[in-house]
Amino acid sequence: MTKSELIDAVASKTNVTKSRAELVVNCIFDSMTTALKNGEGVEIRGFGSFTVRQYKPYNGRNPRTGEPVHVASKRLPFFKVGKELKEMVNSIVTGTVDSEKT
Amino acid sequence: MTKADIIERVYEKVGGFSKKEAAEIVEAVFQVMKQSLASNEKIKISGFGNFVVRQKKERMGRNPQTGQPIVIAPRYVLNFKPSQVLKNALNTKSQP
Repeated sequence: MTKSELIDAVASKTNVTKSRAELVVNCIFDSMTTALKNGEGVEIRGFGSFTVRQYKPYNGRNPRTGEPVHVASKRLPFFKVGKELKEMVNSIVTGTVDSEKT
Repeated sequence: MTKADIIERVYEKVGGFSKKEAAEIVEAVFQVMKQSLASNEKIKISGFGNFVVRQKKERMGRNPQTGQPIVIAPRYVLNFKPSQVLKNALNTKSQP
């Protein structure tokens, strides 16, 4: 499923136009990106949480050439799957998974 | 940031929705994503990242407390691979 397929699915599920659904979906991912950029975590109950992890610099190697390279310290987003979604993914009952209750 | 904050943001930034409608549509977005992942379909959000369901094989593990060997059953797990765009966003200081 791509972002545009997600937008289509949301539009038909909620009876809003595709262009409105697109604004909403973009707004959601934009605000999550902004929060992460500010070092703030994002927690979506039943779905999962995003946190920012700080990585130290290290000396690595280019795996293809074996050449040593220095990898600078960096921040990366980390996603921890929520309990409900974890269970949904693992119950391989393809298709009919219903979890409207929270 | 929680779902309530996201709903607030959608209400303010997108406009034209009541708070209740904003809450419903945000809820629908995550609901659709969850259902897609539950049927083991991956989700690709350009500029943000990909959510991919991976199949893990059965393997031997240990109870870290007792040291007792145990079988870890085969299972499906969800991985998130952040997009290069998101990674760059986290590593550039935006100077106003």
